[in-house]
Amino acid sequence: MPVYIAPTKDMQFLLHDVLRVTESDVAGYADIDRDMTGAILDEAGKLATDVLAPLNLSGDQEGCRLENGVVTTPKGFKEAFEALKEGGWNGLDLPEEFGGQNLPYVMGTAVGEIFVSANMAFNMYQGLTHGAISALLAHGSQGQKETYLPKMVSLDWTGTMNLTEPHCGTDLGQIRTKAEPQDDGSYLITGQKIFISAGDHDLADNVIHLVLAKAPGGGEGTKGISLFVVPKFLVNEDGSLGDRNALSVGKIEEKMGIHANATCVMNYDGAKGWLVGELHKGMRNMFTMMNEARMGVGLQGYAVAEAAYQNALAYAKDRLQGRDVTGAKEPDKAADPIIVHPDVRRMLMDQKSFVEGARAFTFWGASLIDRAHRAGDKDADGLVSLMTPVIKGFLTDKGFEGAVQAQQVWGGHGYIEEGGMSQFARDARIAMIYEGANGIQALDLVGRKLAADGGKHVMAFFEMVKAECKAHDGDERMKGFTDPLKAASKQLQAAGMFFMQNGMKNPNAALAGSYDFMHLMGHVCLGLMWTRMAKAAHAALDAGASDRDFYEAKLATGRYYMARQLPACAMHLARIESGADPVMALDAEAF
Amino acid sequence: MKVLVPVKRVIDYNVKVRVKADGSGVDLANVKMSMNPFDEIAVEEAIRLKEKGAAEEVVVVSIGVKQAQETLRTALAMGADRAILVVAADDVHQDIEPLAVAKILKAVIDEEQPGLVLAGKQAIDNDMNATGQMLSALLGWSQATFASKLEIEGDSASVTREVDGGLQTIKVKMPCVVTVDLRLNEPRYASLPNIMKAKKKPLDEKTAADLGVDVTPRLTVVKTTEPEGRKAGIKVESVDELIKKLKDEAGVI
Repeated sequence: MPVYIAPTKDMQFLLHDVLRVTESDVAGYADIDRDMTGAILDEAGKLATDVLAPLNLSGDQEGCRLENGVVTTPKGFKEAFEALKEGGWNGLDLPEEFGGQNLPYVMGTAVGEIFVSANMAFNMYQGLTHGAISALLAHGSQGQKETYLPKMVSLDWTGTMNLTEPHCGTDLGQIRTKAEPQDDGSYLITGQKIFISAGDHDLADNVIHLVLAKAPGGGEGTKGISLFVVPKFLVNEDGSLGDRNALSVGKIEEKMGIHANATCVMNYDGAKGWLVGELHKGMRNMFTMMNEARMGVGLQGYAVAEAAYQNALAYAKDRLQGRDVTGAKEPDKAADPIIVHPDVRRMLMDQKSFVEGARAFTFWGASLIDRAHRAGDKDADGLVSLMTPVIKGFLTDKGFEGAVQAQQVWGGHGYIEEGGMSQFARDARIAMIYEGANGIQALDLVGRKLAADGGKHVMAFFEMVKAECKAHDGDERMKGFTDPLKAASKQLQAAGMFFMQNGMKNPNAALAGSYDFMHLMGHVCLGLMWTRMAKAAHAALDAGASDRDFYEAKLATGRYYMARQLPACAMHLARIESGADPVMALDAEAF
Repeated sequence: MKVLVPVKRVIDYNVKVRVKADGSGVDLANVKMSMNPFDEIAVEEAIRLKEKGAAEEVVVVSIGVKQAQETLRTALAMGADRAILVVAADDVHQDIEPLAVAKILKAVIDEEQPGLVLAGKQAIDNDMNATGQMLSALLGWSQATFASKLEIEGDSASVTREVDGGLQTIKVKMPCVVTVDLRLNEPRYASLPNIMKAKKKPLDEKTAADLGVDVTPRLTVVKTTEPEGRKAGIKVESVDELIKKLKDEAGVI
């Protein structure tokens, strides 16, 4: 069975050596000292290793069942959910007035990674609830907050997000679900929603659906959309559960991965719902939560890759095949462990250098969200908006690649379901698709985010990279980081320049290169993260840190990323500069 | 009643232990350390006694390096009320021997006057299985070791012990020292709110010298080696051959 141990040491390094959270002026950061974060991460890690991870493979094999309208989750999920609930983990970064602990989002991100790595499908029941809570916190009325939030924060009830319909996902302006106003101020919701993660299950007493629907009087397209809260069981005045609402599960989708999460077709047949936020402003309300939701999916990308990597590494140290060409390492055995082979090393280093860089990138993004929310920093908000499509698109593409590579290390055994490596690849795949397919992320980045606020945020990012390189001018030890980073940053700027010069005349010239731009920017971001990690590692070594091996390994891993991954930037730039022609040359009929 | 629980910071049970090159012990530098699992069971039992109303206060004590604070915080997060750290070593590699630990605990107990000491039966690092017994002798208290069930009945405790070949139930006079075995309970996970609260619970710090105990080792470690790896077995052709081998080679029959 696959194993998982939370990488708490690396997380502590990021929080305290790289981000230096306790020195920050953001509210709540001074309290999360090394002991406190250590205690939290250790306990989350224990729960992940002992309770959640052992259910990952069995949950995948068993899946969810729908019988007589009732959804049953895999064996052991109920007990595990109880443990999660009793631990109060869902409330980590939620307001105290609704039962949360109000810790910074960056801590929620670290703990979230641990739970996702251990069992992605399981964690989605909580993850979707967290998303629905954020929506209600941002847009719900006081009454709605009081009715739903305490029970959702405690996980007595869970939540869902209902956007997609059979004929539309990305283009939500086409939705057909209707909301008819009633005399008592409620609405009757009628329509069908599909791909609803955690749509129904046996883990909680109630499921609170947030549903996009069209109420009369709105305009065409996305303008007519409003957001409604539609509980599975109606809630009485005193907070107890009342009648079953007129909604049901049509079926559970059969999917490639995340089998243990019930992805439901939800049928609303005149279900009672209540408006959340302003009428006809549902899309805008949804967008306010998009950064967090998309960052959460980017996190899934590398979190699954982390779990896959740990198992690839264990296998590479254990599996005996062939001999080290430079001399046998274990002559008394039939063969050497495959970790001696350079090509196996390449695969392991690809995974390791990506996951550690991705973790740094995501934690940094989460710290920007904290800065934006807790300190009202508009620039941080702009910067994280710019980074969000990169975190989502780049980290899930590369996360999937990592999971496939981990599977590759296992050879034929990786293709057999028994070992669990296939599951990692299958589970990681969805993160590239949902919450805005990665092509949409690229479009969002190039079409919207680059030019946002007059291009202010991307310029600030270029300046940030420049300043980071400049800070190490003349430091020979950092050259292996700053030289490639400088070059990659120039390539990114050249790509941006190409869009500016050609995109106005021909928008396709920008759009054809948008995916490459997202990857190019992803590499620059990870290059920046590795430069910062290298700086922190050198500082720790200079200060006489006892754990030299950890910091030396950090530096070697960073050098690998700079030497072996950043060269991809030149390729992406060349593709971008080839413009729209190679992509669009064929008429649609010619295919 | 006050319950006192000694907890030891040991190498995490998930860590693959490596012997130091010079054979002087195992390598503990920069490896993950956690609370001794048997001590976790003792802490859990103490908290359950408190939840049942059989105890008023749970005090946890750790003896060793300063970093044992983390272990105490874990116990506080599980639900212990207060903690005492006795710093007795600077180097993580210095193991305080059972007799010194028992003496330090006696000194703490003289001050604290608990009605019950609940300890792990042994620590998973050196497997001594001696501290609880030594402590009871030093205190002149009754002892009940390897507990798989514990019930407090007035001024005595009924303890079911896991002994060779079965279970034995004994009654001991309180105050007493009970050392706990694996099957007594399943320790809880600390909840996030309790982890946060643990930070604010009192943690007193003393030194072995404060308590007048000399922790200089009395034992000498001659050498430390990894256990020999399992060797491949062989297949025998017949029962006769098996018996012959058992007789002549293994010498067991």
